[in-house]
Amino acid sequence: MGKKRKSIEENFFKYLMALFTYSLIGLLGLIIFEILMKGAPALSWEVISQVPKGGFYFGKEGGILNAIIGSLYLALGSSLLSILISLPVAIFISISLVKYEKWQHAIRLVLDVLWGVPPIVYGAFMFAIMLSLGMKASLLAGIVTIALLIMPVMIRAMDEVMRNIPLGLLESSLSLGATRFETATIFFKQALPGIATAFLLGFAKGIGDTAAVLFTVGYTDYIPESIMEPAATLPLSIFFQLSSPIAEVKARAYAAAVVLTAIILVISIFSRYLSSKVSKNTTL
Amino acid sequence: MRFTRKLKEYTAGTWTLFSVGLVLLLPLFLAIGIAIKAIPIFDHVSLSDMLFSSEWQPSSGKFGFLPFIVSSLVVTAIGLVLMIPFGLLPAIYLTQYASPGVLRVMRSVIDILAGIPSVIHGVWGVLIVVPLVADYIAPIFGKDTTGYTILAGGIVLAIATLPFVLHMLLEVFRSIPIELKEASLSLGATYWETIKKVVLRKAFPGIIAAFALGVSKAFGETIAVLMVVGNVVQLPKGVFEAGYPLPALIANNYGEMLSIPLYDAALMFAALLLFVIVLIFNIFSRLAIQRSTQQ
Repeated sequence: MGKKRKSIEENFFKYLMALFTYSLIGLLGLIIFEILMKGAPALSWEVISQVPKGGFYFGKEGGILNAIIGSLYLALGSSLLSILISLPVAIFISISLVKYEKWQHAIRLVLDVLWGVPPIVYGAFMFAIMLSLGMKASLLAGIVTIALLIMPVMIRAMDEVMRNIPLGLLESSLSLGATRFETATIFFKQALPGIATAFLLGFAKGIGDTAAVLFTVGYTDYIPESIMEPAATLPLSIFFQLSSPIAEVKARAYAAAVVLTAIILVISIFSRYLSSKVSKNTTL
Repeated sequence: MRFTRKLKEYTAGTWTLFSVGLVLLLPLFLAIGIAIKAIPIFDHVSLSDMLFSSEWQPSSGKFGFLPFIVSSLVVTAIGLVLMIPFGLLPAIYLTQYASPGVLRVMRSVIDILAGIPSVIHGVWGVLIVVPLVADYIAPIFGKDTTGYTILAGGIVLAIATLPFVLHMLLEVFRSIPIELKEASLSLGATYWETIKKVVLRKAFPGIIAAFALGVSKAFGETIAVLMVVGNVVQLPKGVFEAGYPLPALIANNYGEMLSIPLYDAALMFAALLLFVIVLIFNIFSRLAIQRSTQQ
């Protein structure tokens, strides 16, 4: 009898756990479905191919091309800047610190802690610096802020891949008389798919962030022509237009949400494909 | 030839040193950069007034952060309560019961959920969660609201933070040695008993740490919450009232903060407060996770 009750309890929890687990699929589906349902009707070639025209914010003509291009500039610029810093750090952790496990743990701890710092704090920090330097909101300030924000994610992602590169490779390269830089380039080639995944991860996080660029990148109806000009971004365009009481303006916020979600999903699928290649490359 | 090799080695070495230095010192830079701009507020308002007063009138120099701190705490607490079942149950199911195929599919689902930007959660919250609170949940309790409430903030927060917590929980459960389970099963315990009494007990510190990280992530979540929480400066008396969390305060007022004296310093103080709280939570829980997954 005790046994029976035990198995009833186990089965009950098993079904409950399965229910909660599969509800996550439902949640994802619901989010994407709702964004599509609201945004798809508002989406048109005009909306994605034009910048705002006169009276745009009262529901008149124009589109969100300024935000699309601005977001791409911002995400691309910050991912490139960030990988310039992140790649050497990731290689440093796996090559130079290979014999110093404590230091590896310490740097990983700092990176994980940095990862937890809210984007709004990065935004406030950059704003404080801009105030001190007398700088105005610009694409450059946004790029630097996002580069700092995505740096920990990028380094950790590359770090995870480089961990699995066999040490023998490092030892044989060094023993043949290669410099540390030359050895690093070998590591680089081995980890290339992983580096690409890390880049995409940073890009996706950068293009989706709102809070960090709220003070730093400004907002404009034009497509920026230099990095000293302010730029619009998709998240900001969603955020600002959604607070409008005018239905047409709100509809374009939903359209922008569809564009942003689509970009993120495409990147996510592509990086999944890349990382499936990584695991083929590195498992021995 | 030898010279260019040396030059390359030297340049790469210097650049690496600079990059590593930047990463290691960044937390310090963040703290100092924000603190310097926050200092002027301390000359005019005492720390205890800022933390425990609820008088918020920037134009007359009154900066009591209590309404914002309480809002942040309550919204985060609601988020945590919702995250516990939706984090723990799937994590146990996926690591202990599910087939490798299911685990792989669900990992993808969780990763994609984790990639959804904050502002999209906000849009979704406005479209679904706010009406849900206004039309269905609040009437059950006999309340009449617009739906832009602390409760809506907490729900959106839970959805936005859950994938991050789940990811962490999966790591924690995966690191539990299979031998422990085998020992328990061979002594005649059922599979469920083993999970309850061995796996959960062993994973306990890791579970706490994962949720602590979730709390700190939730505490700093800005845009998604800001879009649904109502943003009214008041000490919230219930979950069906509007709240105004700290990150929302910073995000909403950057525009006018330069026109009122001390306002910029006050907002920087809010950012500093956020940073310090999140930092403390993070350091302790990361250490705990490192320890529990390395065993």
